[in-house]
Amino acid sequence: MKIADKNTTAVSLVEEALKKAQKFADYHVFNFLDNENALKKAAEIDKRIKKGENVGRLAGVPFAIKDNFLAPVGSTTASAHILEGFVSPVTATVIKKLEAEGAILVGRTNLDAFAHGSSTENSYYGPTLNSADQTRVAGGSSGGSAVAVALDIVPFATGTDTGGSIRQPAAFNGIYGLKPTYGAVSRYGIVAMASSTDSIGFLTRTPEDMDLLMSICAGQDPYDMTTLPDFYNTNTDDLRYFAPDGERNIASEARNDGPERACRKSSSIRVGAIKDFDNDTVHPEIRQALKDKVEQLKQKGHEIIELDMPMLKYALAVYYIVVPAEISSNLSRHDGVRYGFRSDKVKNLDDVYANTRNEGFMAENKRRIMIGNFVLSSGFYDAYYLKAQKVRTLIIEEYAKAFEKCDFILTPVAPNPPFKLGEKVNDPVAMYLEDVMSTPINLAGLPALTIPAGTTKDNLPLGLQLIGPRRSDANLIELSKELM
Amino acid sequence: MSKYEITIGIECHVQLATKTKLFSEVDNDARGKEPNSCVSPVDYALPGMLPRLNAEAVRFAVRAGHAMNAEINPISRFDRKHYYYPDLPKGYQISQLYQPIIGAGFIELPDGTKVRIEHAHLEEDAGKLSHFGSYSLVDLNRAGTPLIEIVSMPDIHSAAHARDYCKELWRIMTYAGVTYGDLYNGNMRFDVNISLAPEGAKELGTRAEIKNLNSFRSVERAVEYEYQRQSKLLDKGEKVKQETRGWSDDTGKTTAQRSKEEAQDYRYMPEPDVPPIHLSDEYIATEKSALPLLPSDYRARFADAIPHDTLEILLDYQPLMEKLGELDDLNHPFEARSQSRREAASDPATAGVASVPRKDVQIISKVANLFASVLLAEEKSAEYLNDLPSVAQLRDLVKMNSDKELSSTATKEVFLKFFDPQMKTKSTKDIAKELGVIQENDTAALEKIVDTVLAKPETQKAQADFKAGQDKVIGFLVGQVMKESHGQANPSAVQQILRTKLSK
Repeated sequence: MKIADKNTTAVSLVEEALKKAQKFADYHVFNFLDNENALKKAAEIDKRIKKGENVGRLAGVPFAIKDNFLAPVGSTTASAHILEGFVSPVTATVIKKLEAEGAILVGRTNLDAFAHGSSTENSYYGPTLNSADQTRVAGGSSGGSAVAVALDIVPFATGTDTGGSIRQPAAFNGIYGLKPTYGAVSRYGIVAMASSTDSIGFLTRTPEDMDLLMSICAGQDPYDMTTLPDFYNTNTDDLRYFAPDGERNIASEARNDGPERACRKSSSIRVGAIKDFDNDTVHPEIRQALKDKVEQLKQKGHEIIELDMPMLKYALAVYYIVVPAEISSNLSRHDGVRYGFRSDKVKNLDDVYANTRNEGFMAENKRRIMIGNFVLSSGFYDAYYLKAQKVRTLIIEEYAKAFEKCDFILTPVAPNPPFKLGEKVNDPVAMYLEDVMSTPINLAGLPALTIPAGTTKDNLPLGLQLIGPRRSDANLIELSKELM
Repeated sequence: MSKYEITIGIECHVQLATKTKLFSEVDNDARGKEPNSCVSPVDYALPGMLPRLNAEAVRFAVRAGHAMNAEINPISRFDRKHYYYPDLPKGYQISQLYQPIIGAGFIELPDGTKVRIEHAHLEEDAGKLSHFGSYSLVDLNRAGTPLIEIVSMPDIHSAAHARDYCKELWRIMTYAGVTYGDLYNGNMRFDVNISLAPEGAKELGTRAEIKNLNSFRSVERAVEYEYQRQSKLLDKGEKVKQETRGWSDDTGKTTAQRSKEEAQDYRYMPEPDVPPIHLSDEYIATEKSALPLLPSDYRARFADAIPHDTLEILLDYQPLMEKLGELDDLNHPFEARSQSRREAASDPATAGVASVPRKDVQIISKVANLFASVLLAEEKSAEYLNDLPSVAQLRDLVKMNSDKELSSTATKEVFLKFFDPQMKTKSTKDIAKELGVIQENDTAALEKIVDTVLAKPETQKAQADFKAGQDKVIGFLVGQVMKESHGQANPSAVQQILRTKLSK
């Protein structure tokens, strides 16, 4: 990405970004653009550069945030009616870190309301259009961020990935999207979806940019008890492969973080391919893209390991129990009492809750709240929530076993290329099936990186994901450079 | 009356006196502060805010657990308890359902009755709602204040014991220093579960829960009322409904609030934002040894020096017990601190270490008596508790009294001067001198004065009467000597001398 210096001004970088945002307005990428302030901040950065100050590794770089990141810049809406007009007094840790390196926030990008969705069609403000085909979806939920980067409006944007929300839109728009190891990047100041699977990451056009952003943003945050001690910057070896750590409990991981596992250096990498994912439900062009990349790896002398992972077929069911449970809990705070939207059809306290939430949430939000409340209710908890958590453990174990046989796993991100607007939005199950290959990674807390993988014959972008053991984030990025 | 046996279990919420809240870094002490002035974005439940566990709250909980002789669980976790109310900003309370920090324990009531503790858990308090006609206002200063909820076993079988249990818990928690213990301001609140069953029945009856009692007296009264209410129902062959009831101090009655059918489904879920608490054995042991002496320790220590009733009065005031402890240490260092005492109790070889007789029971008993009958009778006693006399002052006071240098009236007079800002830094002797209340005990000097008085014409008749067998007139003669000595003579010594001289 272009960094401001004595020759390139921050103002020119920001101006260019704002101009492009204007030009591509019909894609509906942004919920909010901070034109004036962004230019002001850029001018200040330029002044500092002139004085010879070290402004930081992202001096003058314009960037966009998914509109579920809190900052006193515009209203943080999460593309949900119920947060309309909410201006946060708090700034997310990640934004603070980026701004401390001189990056300039230019706008807030569209998403499925509260990040519930795989197409950005669930936004209260309307869908974002795919960067390659305006009749198709951007993917989601970080659709706005993906299109902002794919259209080269900004060199990077932030995203959140609870079940594929960074990786799938990255794939749908032909860019890089990293879902880091759970706990690698602070969740503080980001509207929560599901606390145990939410991962904060980035969408970029190059692996090098991704590496830079991770080295800036990864690390322990006293404001997020589930963050891990920094592992991203502690080992500077090239291509370092960690042995699988086999740890199961993601939450306790944050406390009992032992020393890093010994590295295994090797010139030959073992890449796993999951047999179960190579079937007729996966679009033929995606299967072909996968075969091509596998061939590319073989030619480079890497080993391909076929993996049997029978537990993964339960992942989607587990995901749509555990995640709605946490959603129903995390969304309880939107009650119309303290901030955001409040219904005016109110006669008593129950009305405040019922009508505010009924009018303020989107259909998909309500669907998930209802599923969540159901699986947590007395008499059903053991049969659904508890059982799902047990299967989750089995999924974590299955990945641990897989990483005894290989260093990375390469799979599709989603079973289909970008689909048509409106094609699935009224068929929740079809939409959920889009998440079948992305959700197991969140349940296991693993890092996964979407890499571009060519296009379909209709020029629709395709992407694949590299999955690694916990804390292998840097290696995923490193390996992706070989697969360009 | 005893047709039914009453069974009572009590849940007690204790607000912990930590500097900051359970999950945020704002001031936890909102006393005298503006509404909503001690509220962080976390307490306000802005989106994206995450709880940060307060280590001091964990420490206090561990201490409270030790004070109740309870197991401390090396691993505990938090859970979310969901319900909607404007005083609960997140829509859920962070509590501990499945793995609480404090396990089974017990406390002993003053009469020795043991009440078992089922468990106690850490959780956050809710805010406060004030209702005004057509609207209500929310104050979130209290939202996020750390609480421990102490759940007893159904080991209590009378209203008096219910009261004693609550009071003893209050003493233990304040002695342990984990709460301000201000009941009026809701620092401790009691939920009392009461059921009746026919005498000798094997199964417990259906219980009613009386919520949110905030004084020992109302606990006792509510239990008495419930006994009457439930026994009347049972007498008529009716059933007691399982329900939550409220208590009114004004009417002296409980009223139905919510039945079991209306009970909420809290949809408990493990709290994913707070990792489990892991406590090392060393941490747990350190906290145990840091525990101060508790009421039960003082009972064991002073049983032979202070009458039971006086001791129970004094036990309400930890500073007084600490002062008595200091006095006792002078004569007999109480090496068996609470912890080792408890260990000793379970080890027959060293059992009884704590009950080694002290060298000076008298000093304890006299000072205890001054505390109970003089200090606590003072209007300003609450203030005095913060600034008690030194051990040297008290020891000298008791000694001068024992040596008959101070009469009992003079002793009280000097004692009160210990709290006088002008006098309190002075020694006991100096105060007594200044007051001019030291008694003359020197026999030779006293005999001289007696002789002077006996030589006076106005005493001749009395002397004659005494010799004639009118014993009463000795009082008159003593009075004359006292007058001659300007009140400095020790009256009993004077009487002794008079009797000797007159019987010759």
